[in-house]
Amino acid sequence: MDKTYNNKAWLLVIPVFLLVALSAIIPIMTVVNYSVQDTFGGNKFFWVGTEWFTDVLRSERFHDALGRNLLFSFIILCIEIPLGILIALSMPKKGIWVPICLVLMALPLLIPWNVVGTIWQIFGRADIGLLGHTMAALGIDYNYSSNVFDAWATIIIMDVWHWTSLVVLLCYAGLVSIPEAYYQAARIDGASKWSVFRYIQLPKMQGVLIIAFLLRFMDSFMIYTEPFVLTGGGPGNSTTFLSIDLVKQAIGQFDLGPAAAMSLVYQLIVLLVCYVFFTVMSNVGTDKPEVEE
Amino acid sequence: MLELRNVSKKVGNTFHINDVSLKLEKGSLNVLLGPTLSGKTSLMRLMAGLDKPTSGDILMDGASVVKTPVQKRNIAMVYQQFINYPGFTVYENIASPLRVAGVDKVSIDKKVREAAELMKLSPYLDRGVLYLSGGQQQRTALARALVKGAELVLLDEPLANLDYKLREELRIELPRIFAETGAIFVYATTEPQEALLLGGDTATLHEGRITQFGQTIDVHNNPSDLVTAQTFSDPPMNVIPMQKQGAQFAFSQGKVDCPEDLSGLSDGSYSIGIRPHHLMLSEPKQSSVKVVAPVSTSEIAGSETFVHVAFDDIKLVILTHGVHRVDIGEQIQVYMDPAKFFIFDGENKLISAPKTGAA
Repeated sequence: MDKTYNNKAWLLVIPVFLLVALSAIIPIMTVVNYSVQDTFGGNKFFWVGTEWFTDVLRSERFHDALGRNLLFSFIILCIEIPLGILIALSMPKKGIWVPICLVLMALPLLIPWNVVGTIWQIFGRADIGLLGHTMAALGIDYNYSSNVFDAWATIIIMDVWHWTSLVVLLCYAGLVSIPEAYYQAARIDGASKWSVFRYIQLPKMQGVLIIAFLLRFMDSFMIYTEPFVLTGGGPGNSTTFLSIDLVKQAIGQFDLGPAAAMSLVYQLIVLLVCYVFFTVMSNVGTDKPEVEE
Repeated sequence: MLELRNVSKKVGNTFHINDVSLKLEKGSLNVLLGPTLSGKTSLMRLMAGLDKPTSGDILMDGASVVKTPVQKRNIAMVYQQFINYPGFTVYENIASPLRVAGVDKVSIDKKVREAAELMKLSPYLDRGVLYLSGGQQQRTALARALVKGAELVLLDEPLANLDYKLREELRIELPRIFAETGAIFVYATTEPQEALLLGGDTATLHEGRITQFGQTIDVHNNPSDLVTAQTFSDPPMNVIPMQKQGAQFAFSQGKVDCPEDLSGLSDGSYSIGIRPHHLMLSEPKQSSVKVVAPVSTSEIAGSETFVHVAFDDIKLVILTHGVHRVDIGEQIQVYMDPAKFFIFDGENKLISAPKTGAA
């Protein structure tokens, strides 16, 4: 049998190869390169092996920041996912309110991160901000630049305000794709509202919820701009998340080696958690039969 | 017994259901036959109580149920889409109506297994319902309807999304299985063939009205008017306007002797309906009339051939057995036997249908 070999086919692969190389492989390899070397300036590099990784993994500073990140993402997911589902459920399914609600929902998503940060920074100030001023007038001691709880609360509210819409829109898309017949069938069965939600809407939203979950986890785990604008990582180190710490190390202190090692560990954590989430959530309710009403 | 008295459903300015009266007996099989948008689903929703009629009354065993909410009516409904609880196993899906009704565990188990056996689902009871084939999913939905022991079972084109083989199988099994439960069984379909295969009684629907209700075979053989005849004919019935002059029917291509028993009919315009399989391409022995017309299309479907011809703005479809090659544009002769004529008067009411046995 004669096979025709045509090497021109490689030409078709080159654009993708170049794109991926430029956008992902080369930058990552640069970081990898930094993470295993030390430099004292003058473009001289010394091989240090895994020393930076060991340092990072043992450093308390890293552990603290990681802990903050995990706590932050956990709180964000706990608020935004249920809230998003709730809002999506209460949105109209037809009529002229649909486009109005959708536009209103989409508005926060259009605002850039640093603008959101600035808005809330000014909003929360006691002297000129509406929120800060009102709180002060009500006798509530609210100050995000000196009180840890206030700082966290402000950043969380900012994120909820900014990103719950995304969860809403995803869930809404999942909800409207459920055929009307499901609801009819449930009515005929005499199923309660809760049963309809638990056994029809929730399973039907599973796909979009996985996406919402992953997107919100990744994004909240990589939070940078909001605390950077609002508190700069303070008070103390209380809002110094991994990303803020990373920037401090890489650009503030110019410790490229440890910063590179840290960013690689950071990325691996994101990948790992996402993988675990995805695997677990995709398998929920598929193999185990539920024996209850 | 389910009775609909002058039921209408108006949405905006259009009647989805227009003055429908029906009486459906216990243990009967009733087919709602009509094209898409004729009101089959609307009518079923009214019967189920999912919608309230704009006017008229719906009675179950003599008592009005218009105000009874749907979950208290003891009905079951199966849809064209395969509707099951997505996260449940087959077993849990079938058991769900019983659990809502608060039946004890032992009876649930017994009933679920019986229904599964009838629907040939026994090997799949522990599977997630989304991991089944379409046919199995629909059988699960049917088993759920069956197990409920409902007084009224509504099936809205339940087999339309299944493949041919499964459709044939279930079409035979379904009436038998549900007949045993003694429920009022209502089956909506767009296909005349399906109505004939199911038997029972048929109500033909057209633009929200019931045009005829009676034994399926009677409605098919003696449609009360042209609309019913067209609804109950697939491919559609051919219609040729003719003038009766004395003892003959005349049309642009010729004349044909009027059947003897209709000699008393007054002269005037009539619509002649003739089913596609009663048109012939070769000259038959009995008296017949010939039309010469060019072929516009021909389709071969399995072991049959559909030939479409057109003359004087009249389109005819001829169904012939066997695979024939007919060239488009070719002039062909089409023969009609007056014994097979459906004759409709100026108001499109049936005057005469072909003798049964000859159909």
